[in-house]
Order: sequence, then structure tokens, then C-alpha cells
Amino acid sequence: MTAPSRGTPVRLDPVDAPEPTGLGRFGEFGGRFVPETLVPALEELEAEFRTAWSSDEFRAELADLLTNYAGRPTPVTECHRLSERLGLRVLLKREDLTHTGSHKINNVLGQALLTRRMGKQRVIAETGAGMHGVATATAAALFGLDCLVFMGAVDVERQAQNVFRMRLLGAEVVPVESGSATLKDAINEALRDWVATVETTHYCIGSVVGPHPYPWMVRQFQRIVGDEAREQCRVRLDGADPDYVLACVGGGSNAIGTFAGFIDLPNVRLIGVEAGGLGLATGKHGASVSRGVPGVLHGARSLFLQDEDGQILEAHSMSAGLDYPGVGPEHAELAAQGRADYVYATDDEAVAGLELLSVTEGIVPALEPAHAIGWLAREAGRSVPAGTTVLVTLSGRGDKDAAQVAERLTGEQLE
Amino acid sequence: MRLESHLRARRDEGHKLLVPYVTGGLGAGWLDVVRAVADAGADAIEIGIPFSDPVMDGRTIQEASQRALELGATPAKIVAEAGQLEVEVPLVVMTYCNPVLHAGYARFAAELNAAGIDGAILPDLPLDEIGEWAEAADATGVETVLLAAPTTPDDRLRAICERSRGFVYGVSLLGVTGERDQVAHQAAEMGRRCKAVTDKPVLLGLGISTPAQAVEVAGFADGVIVGSALVRRLLDGGGPEAAREFVGSLREALDR
Repeated sequence: MTAPSRGTPVRLDPVDAPEPTGLGRFGEFGGRFVPETLVPALEELEAEFRTAWSSDEFRAELADLLTNYAGRPTPVTECHRLSERLGLRVLLKREDLTHTGSHKINNVLGQALLTRRMGKQRVIAETGAGMHGVATATAAALFGLDCLVFMGAVDVERQAQNVFRMRLLGAEVVPVESGSATLKDAINEALRDWVATVETTHYCIGSVVGPHPYPWMVRQFQRIVGDEAREQCRVRLDGADPDYVLACVGGGSNAIGTFAGFIDLPNVRLIGVEAGGLGLATGKHGASVSRGVPGVLHGARSLFLQDEDGQILEAHSMSAGLDYPGVGPEHAELAAQGRADYVYATDDEAVAGLELLSVTEGIVPALEPAHAIGWLAREAGRSVPAGTTVLVTLSGRGDKDAAQVAERLTGEQLE
Repeated sequence: MRLESHLRARRDEGHKLLVPYVTGGLGAGWLDVVRAVADAGADAIEIGIPFSDPVMDGRTIQEASQRALELGATPAKIVAEAGQLEVEVPLVVMTYCNPVLHAGYARFAAELNAAGIDGAILPDLPLDEIGEWAEAADATGVETVLLAAPTTPDDRLRAICERSRGFVYGVSLLGVTGERDQVAHQAAEMGRRCKAVTDKPVLLGLGISTPAQAVEVAGFADGVIVGSALVRRLLDGGGPEAAREFVGSLREALDR
């Protein structure tokens, strides 16, 4: 391993994290509900991850990549003007500052190392907003792997810039036309590809969804967000912890990674902000915890938006990354336990959040974490009492959303 | 044990087994399609209950599922309608875990039983997750068919064959459902490996598209399942007669 050139390498998994029980169960959620063809590959992946995660060599290599390639640790930024505006003390965990511009890189570097360990030459991925696709394409380029990314045709349209980035990085992007042509359908298509190619291909799932071991493994790769933030908050807060920890939730990987760092601190309230879309009453939203019921999709038992016959409903969010009718099984369990609360912000509130953070702090957030900012702006001084300290994970930067937001705010297309 | 005993009896009479798949609720005449398939010599019939997100299915069955859903098909309606069929051959539903879980495992198994449906295939409910459903199904006598795949290791294959009821569904290729130009190289090995560890009927399915392919694959085991090739004919506008003709051609080839 080369010596880190940028500060001390990050530490991985400093405290014991709760493992799922049995076959990937978080309470009644999780599991491995997949076609038989995939079961052996999931067993192999689980075994490989277990071995790797306890190997000093693997950890050193991953830590080096996270430090010297991805640019970790990311800072925690104190938001003075936003805090003053909201009557709170607001801190941001800056995942937007990583290489590729979102927290997705944390997970992808881990899975790319596993892919190499398993001797596979090809990775496939699904992507919603395109951030996971870009991260996977980036890691594939770095490791010399073939990369195919499935992306809903609707998302290809609204995230054209990320499609170009993936192609530039040498990945093939396949628009998926079936169903709602968004993230759910991209995952379906990736699973169909994997059933045919499993012997030579690793499926690099981008969130804490899917069959065991993904929800657990991806959380372990993402918990660096929360572990870093906990230490950084203590430095900034004279040894104290934030009162609230907030993150947006689509599948829920940045949220679960953040929560993992604070889960053993009962005084820290964990809040996941889901996509309220056009409002929960309209039925056009992505609030799977608030409005979903238990079911099985994409390999796991969790909470899903579905009709009275168990058909999965289309989610709605202007943010492609939250446009998913389900949530990771660990979130379903945290909600069932009452350990985390799940709230929502509408499309309008998210855009307002994006504008607010931009003008008060000079930080343009992605539409996904803008939901968390939007919710906080709504609830400051109400359910979030004045004077409390709030950490918000800023999971990605807003560059990808510029065209979409410009059109919404000005009614004009960007040149 | 009607499904397994029927298939065993047919096998022991020297027949190669033929199990066609029909998407339930695909048009008002779908029950007549099932009757035609039975008349044409099916040994059992799979009735697909459409699900919004069928990850084990290729384009043809995805499209058929989508169309049936748009026509108002629901699991309860399909099961109830199938209950009126009065065909001689056993019926097996094929669907995904979520609609069944949503109805409630015990309730769904009871509904199948009440409708005279003998078996169920749930491709996203593998051996490790089968417990809760199998308990409900076993209690009502519904036979749960498990899938074995080319990637399944030997010890697991033995356990799958042991737990499977009705027959063993050997997956004859790596991939999802849908027609193929040729029989996959995995088919022969799949049939041989299943037959080596079980006396239950072993049927191979996925990708079998023509009478000639059916004959070739049936040679590796006790029979074949044919889905997309039949469903495509229905999507292309074919009705009971087209189904009868195609299934009849499969039957004839297998009996030749």
C-alpha cells in the first residue's frame, strides 16, 4: 500500500455495528427473496465480504482509496447564516465534497475491491439520479472492469449530464423503458441481467436495499459517514452530540450510514426525510415508510408502496434519487422500533431548501438532501425546538440538478 | 399430492411430461385458452398471476403481465375464475412472493385449495425463505414446486429436490424466461443432476420455444415447461385455437 498523502487515512468501523440476524434479518425485515439462480452468488458475496471486512489488508486498501482517491474524510461545516435564519445550530456533513460528488463512492469502492477479490471482470449497477451510476462507472474505470448501468428512461431524460459522465467514464448506459421507467425498473432490469450473467458479473447495488448481504454490507461501507461525523461533531460541540441527525431517504444508504454512527446514543434523534412529492394526500410521493406496507420486492422484505392486491405502485418525486417505492429493510426496522422517525418534504419544499442553502451558505445541494433542508426549514422552531443542534448529511451536490431546477424556477431551459 | 401423483402416473405410463404456462387474466377468453391447452394434451397447466415487477421474466411474460393488469386482473379474480375451469389436469399457479404475502400466506393457500388448484410456484421464494409459506401450503395440501438452477451446488440441490412438492422445476439456462433460438448447454446437465438425486418428476423450463427443442430438452429429464412461446402467440392475437394448435404440436412431438 502506498503511504497516504492526504492526512491520516480514515478509520473504518471503529465500533461494533449491529449485525442482522439469521438470513439478513433486521427484525422481521430483510432476507433473501431471489430466484434460486442468484442464491449461490449471494452466499459467495456474503462470505467474501465477511472475510474482507475482517482483513487488515482489505481495510487498509479501502481506507487508502477512501482517503487518497475519494477525498475522505469529508468535513463537517457549521452553517452560520442558515443557523441564524432558522434559529438552530446547523451542521452539514459534506458528502457533496467527495470525488464524484456524493456518498455513493464510499460503497462503490468497497464493492469494486470485492469484485476483484471474487475474480469477476464485469459490474452492473442500477441508478436513479445517476450518482451511483457515475460512482460505479468511476470505480470500474479505476479497476479496469467492464461496466453496464441500468437507468430508467425517465431518469435518463432528467439526468442527462450524469448519463454523459457515465459514458465518458467508459460505462454503457441502458435506458429501461418498462414499468414506470425509473429506479424500481432499473433494479428489475439489473436483476434480470444478473440472473443471466451471475458467474462472471458482480451486481453493485447502490443502496441499502436488495437481498442479504446488500443492506448490511452497503451500510458497513456507508457507516464511515456517521462515524466520521460523530467525532467531528464532538470536536466542534465540545464533546457533545447533536440533538438531531437528519438525512434524506430513498433506498436509504446515506441515512443508514449516518445513523450508524449515532445509533448507540439514545439522546440523538434520528430523522429520515422521505420524498413527499406532490403531497402525501395526492398519492404521488415516495414516502415508503410513512405510507408503505410490509411486502417483498427486489430481494428483501421491507416497506413498499403497493395497492390492495400487492402490486407495487409507482413512486413520485422530482428528485430521481428518491423516486423509489420502497426503503431499505433496516430503516423499516428502525421505524418499527421507533429508534428513527421518518418524515417527508414535498417537491416544493425541497426546491425551497435547495434555494435556501444556496443563498445562505453558498452550497448548492442535490435535490435529494435538499429534502432534509426543506423539512428543517419547515419544522425549525416547531417540532425542532429553537436552539437545538442539528446535523444534516448533505449526500450530494446540486450540479446534476441545475437544469431541472432552472426549468422549474424560471420556466426556461438552460442553454 | 394430486399434482405429483398425476405427473408420476403419466411418466410411468411412458409419456414425456408437458406443462404449458398461460398468463391468467390475459383477455376475457383466457379460461378458454386454458381449456384448449388441456384438450391439446397438457399434463398440468401453470397459470401465471401477474405481478407488477416480475424479475424472473423476460419481455414476453412482462408484456403479458402488464396487459393483464391493465385489463383488471387481480390474484383473487384469477384464482376464483380458475376455480370454474373443471379441466382434468392439475393446475399450478405461478406468481411472485409479494401478492401472496399481501393476501396472507394462509389465506392465499386456502383460496388455492378452495379453487381446486393443486400447486404453486413462487420463483422469488427460494428454499431458505420457503418456511412460512410452506407451512401454510402444506397444511392445505397445496404442493409448492421449488426451482433448481444451474448454479445450485450439489448439497443444496439435494435439499431442494427433497423439499419440492409436485415436481422439481429445473431451470434449463442462466437467465430469465423468454424464447431462445437454441437449447442452452446447461439443460442437459441440469436434468442429469436433478434426476440423480430425486425420484420426483423433474421438468425443465425456460427458453423452450419449439417442438424440436421440447423433444431435445425432455430427453434430459421427465418433461418440459413451455411459457413464453405460447404466451407470445396469445399476445400476437392468437386465442384458444392458436393455443391448441401450438400445444398440440408440442404434444405430438413429445409422443412421437
